[in-house]
Amino acid sequence: MLARLSRKAFPKALWVYHANAGACNGCDIEVINVLTPYYDAERFGIKLVGSPRHADVILVTGAVTRQVAPALRRLLEATPDPKLVFAIGSCACGGDMWFDTYNIWGGANKVIPVNYYVPGCPPRPEAILYAVAVALGLAPKKVAKKEQSDFPRFEEPVSKFVRSS
Amino acid sequence: MFKGKIQEALICFAHPRVTLKYPFEPLEPPEGFRGRIAVEVERCIGCGGCANVCPSRLIRFYDEGDRTRMEFILDRCTYCGRCADVCPENAVTMTKEFETATDDLRDLYIVQELYMGTCNRCGRCFETENWIDKIPTRRHREGARFLGPATPHTEPIQEVRR
Repeated sequence: MLARLSRKAFPKALWVYHANAGACNGCDIEVINVLTPYYDAERFGIKLVGSPRHADVILVTGAVTRQVAPALRRLLEATPDPKLVFAIGSCACGGDMWFDTYNIWGGANKVIPVNYYVPGCPPRPEAILYAVAVALGLAPKKVAKKEQSDFPRFEEPVSKFVRSS
Repeated sequence: MFKGKIQEALICFAHPRVTLKYPFEPLEPPEGFRGRIAVEVERCIGCGGCANVCPSRLIRFYDEGDRTRMEFILDRCTYCGRCADVCPENAVTMTKEFETATDDLRDLYIVQELYMGTCNRCGRCFETENWIDKIPTRRHREGARFLGPATPHTEPIQEVRR
């Protein structure tokens, strides 16, 4: 539903502002890699801009540090509506291995509302491209919550449960 | 000078375009790529080795009576592959699945329940030799209210509650 809504809200080219909220530069390199001719996100009209006032989409990389959190909030206020926020990398999704550190808020969604999450450390350029395709409605979402159980089902034979040693 | 331009043009014509058609065509990541982890619930014995070594502490174990509930909160997974390395039964494997972009973090969770034997004394879960040993004993059925001696698991069972 969000994909259909975003296609309606952003019918033309998406302009992207890239906000580094304490990333290690790995995700930033992959984001720039997506814009190169090999992966070529610019064929979907995606373009990096220098100011959040021009942007439709904000890419947040990095676990949000305590220092940068107010700046990130102000950055979101400066962006005109409608806007999308992408969290790129495991740091921005959930805080990675710094999720409980004293100076880190543990993910972008603790500070600002996030629309799409791209986990990975760093995510492959294809994964970022796939997130763009999901946001534009070109590809379906592929992951779902897995709930699996070891509990016995009664139609299974007894020999499965007794190990012969 | 002009000859050089013609040579450049010929080179450009000779080479096909390099841009991937990726979102419209499937793409296989290279050998050795570590993607999202997959857990085979049939093989897992609930030893907790993966939770011990995970640097992001995203694997959680809860001992709840006759079951062990395991939660893999993969939103902060680093894809380091330590859980797959340490798993004695090779239940945790790294797949090549990289298309994990989602709009809901709950899509990245793996929640699984294991049917385990329960220790008569301390109440913690363990994997038994035979499946039949996992059937709960009197101590477990009545929980902390039962204060008598711990019973052997060969005691005949009046009722099995599931």
